[in-house]
Amino acid sequence: MPARGRDVARWRVAARNVFPFAVVGGIWEIVAHLGVFPPRLFPPLEAVAASFVELSLNGILLHHTVETVLRLLAGFALAAVVGVAIGIAMGRSRWAEDVFLPLVSIAAPIPGLAYAPLFLLWFGLGNLSSILLVGFVSMFAVIFNTWTGVKAVKEIWVRSAQAMGADNKRLFRHVILPGALPYIFTGLRLGLAQAWRILVAVEMLAAVPWGLGWLIFGAREFLNTDVMLAGITVIAVIGLLLEKQVFQRLENYTIVRWGMMAS
Amino acid sequence: MTPAFTRIRSARRAIITLLLAAAVYEAAARSGYFAPALLPTIPTIATTLFGMLADGTMLWHAGYTLYRVLFGFALSIVVGLPLGIMMARFQPVERFLLPLVSALMPIPSFALVPLFMLWFGIGNLTTIMIVFYAATFPVLFNTWTGVRSVNPLWLRAAGAMGADEHRLFWKVIIPGASPFIITGLRQAFLRCWIAVVGAEMIAASDWGLGWVIFDAKEFLNADIMMASLAVIGGIGFVFERLVFGSLERATVMRWGMMRMAKG
Repeated sequence: MPARGRDVARWRVAARNVFPFAVVGGIWEIVAHLGVFPPRLFPPLEAVAASFVELSLNGILLHHTVETVLRLLAGFALAAVVGVAIGIAMGRSRWAEDVFLPLVSIAAPIPGLAYAPLFLLWFGLGNLSSILLVGFVSMFAVIFNTWTGVKAVKEIWVRSAQAMGADNKRLFRHVILPGALPYIFTGLRLGLAQAWRILVAVEMLAAVPWGLGWLIFGAREFLNTDVMLAGITVIAVIGLLLEKQVFQRLENYTIVRWGMMAS
Repeated sequence: MTPAFTRIRSARRAIITLLLAAAVYEAAARSGYFAPALLPTIPTIATTLFGMLADGTMLWHAGYTLYRVLFGFALSIVVGLPLGIMMARFQPVERFLLPLVSALMPIPSFALVPLFMLWFGIGNLTTIMIVFYAATFPVLFNTWTGVRSVNPLWLRAAGAMGADEHRLFWKVIIPGASPFIITGLRQAFLRCWIAVVGAEMIAASDWGLGWVIFDAKEFLNADIMMASLAVIGGIGFVFERLVFGSLERATVMRWGMMRMAKG
């Protein structure tokens, strides 16, 4: 039966993927139980799992996660709206390009976190400065990719649309925007990844009351290494989900359906 | 309009934009509407920068940061490069490492800072390990991709001309994979530079550009912050353009593997 053969093959792939984790987990367990390092600093996996379950059941982990994700979405929405707008302006108008490019190329190469203390001074501790910083830092990837995308729209498409009598508005909506979309999505994806990385660090610096970054930073004070490892796991899983689920879906829904990119 | 004319016009507009931005900033700083401690004037920043350069403190900060970056970066090359090559050449290695790498890669390096602080203490070792963690994955991933994408025709041609394993590796595979490897090193360095600033802020020691920015916040020294931002941006720019640019010219471009794309 071919269906059964496929099942077996799928199991084999799953087993092959699980095997390395089992090996590393086993080594971790052995080292933790041998007591080479103090168990407070190097907890066995069952302790990590126990604190993960406990924090999930009493809702603390969920509260931290929700606050972090809301902050991420607010900052990223800011970056997406402003970044795409500036990027399109730069791609369409020579004047905007000449004005924005020097500013963007000076501000972009400075590591995002280096701006953090400045933002904290200007906007105070807490939500506002962390959201603004996340937005500001992740904006550059969006700007650069949108700008490239708009410039990379094939000249022949623009000219043929014009020859068929498209006005400026329709040209933009039906030719330039769809044509630049693969690049814009790349920019958004890079921007989101960057936003996620920066946010975790900003939450440690900005002393927000809730948030995954704060959870792991606060856990250090009490040597709760198991809580830290549980928090790091959640951060990794969310990062993976954002990358695999959100953008893959969005891409399938738009540019792949339009035949701009192979799935 | 000739290209030379548009280039000159772009340059002129860029200079005007930067001057205008500086003027707006200066006007805001002098208006007295904002606290001068939060928004220092440009001459103040310049004086601070030159003062710190002259008495050597800035050089010490930069020196410590560079030491941490280069140490971590070198470590990531020593680990990432051979692993990447082995993953591409030997299937069991690939099968074992690939799931682990895909699981660890989405963890932002900053999320590990509190954990590493517990494990390695405050100071150089933690920062170096964070830089190492941040840089290893781009090196490894790009090496793996590069070695796999060496044109099989070249391998067969070299084999037919009687190249043994050793020569095949050094004369065909390594040069063939080098554009990818150099891209990986470049990405890795950028990540190092971002990671070191964040790690220095959180896992504070006495020296380092990230530390000095964060420390200046405590005393409302916005001029020191701005001066350090300028130094961070400057060093990043120099490395990106000069070091990696010349590395590329000396290797892949000379071998004709990559064309000069744009200026």
